[in-house]
Amino acid sequence: MKTDDSKPIELWNISSLAPEPEGSYTTRIRSLDELLERDRLREEDGFPRKIRIGKLIKPGKGKQEKFVVVPTTVEEKFMHDRAPTPPEEEEPMGGTGDEAEGDILGEQPVRPEQGAGSGTAGHGGGEGHELESSAYDLGRILTERFNLPNLKEKGKKSSFSHYTYDLTDRNRGFGQILEKKQTLRRVIETNIALGNIDDVTNIDTTRLLIDPRDRIFRILSRELEYESQALVFFVRDYSGSMEGKASEVICSQHVLIYSWLLYQFARQVETRFVLHDNDAREVPDFYTYYNLRVAGGTRVAAAYKMVNDIVEQESLAKDYNIYVFHGTDGDDWDTNGEETIPELRRMLTYTNRVGITIAEHNAYGSRGATEVERYLKGSGLLDEKPEFLRMDVMGEDADETRIIDGIKRLIS
Amino acid sequence: MELIDQHTKTIMEGCKERARDAGLRFSDETLEYIVTNRDMLELHPKVMIPTLYDYWVHDVELLREKGKYELYPSNPYETVINTRPPISFYNDNNPDWLNVMIFYHVLAHIDFFQNNLYFRHTWEYDLTGKALADKRLITRLRSEHGRWVDYVIEFARAIDNLVGYFDGLSHLFRQDRPAFSKRLDYYFDVFLQEVKGVKTAEYVKEIERYNRCKREVGEMCEESFFADVVAKHPEFEAFYLKGTREKKEERLDLLQFLMEHSEFLNQDENLWMKSVLEVIRSTSVYFQPQIRTKIMNEGWASYWHEALFLTDDRIKGHEVDFARVHSGVTCLHRVGLNPYAIGMRLFQQIEEGADQGRLSLEYQRLADSHARKEFDRATGTGRDVIFAVRENLCDFTFINTYVDQDFVNRHHLFVVGKRLNAERTAWQYYVKSRKAEEYRGMLQDSLYHPPRIEVDRTKGGGKTLYLNHLFEGKPLISDFIANTMLGIEFLWGGPVKLETSEVASAPPQEAGAPRGEGEAPKIHWRRHVYTMENRTLSKTLV
Repeated sequence: MKTDDSKPIELWNISSLAPEPEGSYTTRIRSLDELLERDRLREEDGFPRKIRIGKLIKPGKGKQEKFVVVPTTVEEKFMHDRAPTPPEEEEPMGGTGDEAEGDILGEQPVRPEQGAGSGTAGHGGGEGHELESSAYDLGRILTERFNLPNLKEKGKKSSFSHYTYDLTDRNRGFGQILEKKQTLRRVIETNIALGNIDDVTNIDTTRLLIDPRDRIFRILSRELEYESQALVFFVRDYSGSMEGKASEVICSQHVLIYSWLLYQFARQVETRFVLHDNDAREVPDFYTYYNLRVAGGTRVAAAYKMVNDIVEQESLAKDYNIYVFHGTDGDDWDTNGEETIPELRRMLTYTNRVGITIAEHNAYGSRGATEVERYLKGSGLLDEKPEFLRMDVMGEDADETRIIDGIKRLIS
Repeated sequence: MELIDQHTKTIMEGCKERARDAGLRFSDETLEYIVTNRDMLELHPKVMIPTLYDYWVHDVELLREKGKYELYPSNPYETVINTRPPISFYNDNNPDWLNVMIFYHVLAHIDFFQNNLYFRHTWEYDLTGKALADKRLITRLRSEHGRWVDYVIEFARAIDNLVGYFDGLSHLFRQDRPAFSKRLDYYFDVFLQEVKGVKTAEYVKEIERYNRCKREVGEMCEESFFADVVAKHPEFEAFYLKGTREKKEERLDLLQFLMEHSEFLNQDENLWMKSVLEVIRSTSVYFQPQIRTKIMNEGWASYWHEALFLTDDRIKGHEVDFARVHSGVTCLHRVGLNPYAIGMRLFQQIEEGADQGRLSLEYQRLADSHARKEFDRATGTGRDVIFAVRENLCDFTFINTYVDQDFVNRHHLFVVGKRLNAERTAWQYYVKSRKAEEYRGMLQDSLYHPPRIEVDRTKGGGKTLYLNHLFEGKPLISDFIANTMLGIEFLWGGPVKLETSEVASAPPQEAGAPRGEGEAPKIHWRRHVYTMENRTLSKTLV
């Protein structure tokens, strides 16, 4: 029999802290890392990988949704698919009630509202999901190498599945440590109530009745661990000149950063995505950010302005540690940075770090020739605020090691 | 994991007495364990068998279950496994009255396991013991062959739903039947009809000859009968031997076929793989009846915990608590299926119907609705009938026989459809049908039914293994074909082909044609052959 009655979760948590009984009937369960390592070996043996990283989401009010990262796998077998149904109709199911045939029982929006995720994981996700699961794996490998710089205590805190266990809560009747003073106080109260104590200044302890429920204990309790909230802007130049290798380099660098954030901070890091050519636009997810290709002119200032506006309008600076990663080939129609530099200055007033990656076109010949690089250096901002602004220039044919090295330079 | 205390065990023993008095039959010894939720989560991927072999997929599932538990904590009240003695698992915080109810539920499950004939092949041995031996075997193999053991497990599990469960089962029962000799069966069923293709008159004449022979010679009749047969058809013996041998081989399921005929598996250095295959196969066969009797088993248990709890003198004063839990377990969902609910109500209806004599031709022929309502022959055979049902039926036959219009009407059941409303961009749930026929169809569609895939030895030939999917109106899940065949290729050691049906896109002239309201679009099925060779999959149209 299964029930939806949620029993107290504490029970499980406490028992999960208990040491594994010796000679347990199940052998030691492999950790996620071990499983992923084993999965990697499959490729060496010539078989496709099987483990995917999925998310379980429990929808909640507002942004309160809870989610956990879990591995999933499907045991593929020859199985019957559903019988083909017309495209507008799904498989029938059972029901009960008094409605007549044809009556409508209820409806459900086709696309769930933003944030109202479904409780299923893993299999069957779209490509966006696919990207995230591999990104997660990647992030795991990268994770020891990086850390978000300048992380500060800011207003808004968030907490997800990080918990600590503390002996802070009090509990009557049972627990881990007896609170003597509290217990005594309760015993006295009870005995006063029972009329057992005539003179409070002179108590005869031998006459006290002790109810087991009067004993107060400290009990192991689960405490949410709050962490400072971070917000990361990914900004990418998708103008015509970026076509080809330059885009690849920037995209793969941003995939790496994104992967690492995803792994290291789960959803505690919020991400926003801005693409720009002549104008800037915000896109909803990394998948779109990663895949969109458009030809057009280049105006870096438009993107910076958009980031600034978003931060200002939503007053994000107060609550978040803000990071901006910008990738470009260094082209800018605003040759001297007359528009860009003021926007950048404005940005540096609230960000914890701005990291600019320039993927230089080889055809341009000598190094240091791009407009962005030139006006950045010219502005003196790089020397003025080295803690907050970093720039990294690499060739458009940079390999993965160089790209990872680039990330280190941006966030170290 | 520890045994329940003596106090609780006493309650259980009390339940056993009362359940026995009511007619349930089960073994005297049972084991009840208290488990933590963590234990439960760990047991879950191992189908609740604590001694099942280790496998990484179980670990992945466990991690997922733990994640799920964090979001949606919920505990089953009990779980029973079909072992000798039967083992059941409980949470430790149930009050006594709830334990009474749960124990009745558990005892009914045990009764079902030990009396339903679809479990016949599980009666002779204890799975936990066997599983432990299997687990040790696999651990030993792992120390010798490393992760390749896991690949073999994976590939074997990929086809463990195709095991010949019914073949094995029918074999068990066939032995009970006072059979004619195989030779006689072969002579009349195959040799005369298929090999010789004799006329009906001649066939009848042969039967007469046999009967006469039997009357005259008695027990020795077969010998003299076949002496005449051989005199007439000297080739009979050879045909008989060949025919029966082929017959036997035809019965092999895919796993058995691979064990027997795969050159790769039968190489000396790969023989260990066959033990792994055998472990996977026997485990799968063991669990086959469980998936095929879910509605009945849960219905049976719910029926009995209700019936026995309400007459139990030990729980006076907890009727309301019971009602609350019981209705939670057995409520009919507004939308969705609850096997407990359907199964229990079916058993109740069958009992009531049998008591009133409604399971009769007389009642079925009755057309007058008033007369149907009033019909009562007071036979009092209800209990006997439901005991017979629990012994002889599985979910399919249970639903097929007893879900009728009376049942659907009585419980206000209907089939819910889900359709897209483009204007409102929403899925609409609506009452699709209140007909028993459609409701039955919907229930049957939800039952476990693996595809029938057989080895076709006339095709392929030599190095190639040719699999034929017998089409039953549903395609295979196409995403799973590649990896499943990859595994079969590995175990077979050569190319593998799979013939199956898939939906072809409608021809253009039809796709554009207007179609009447409510008229289903015609589905065009095509037969395809998938080929897996050197770990690459290709597909051709037959």
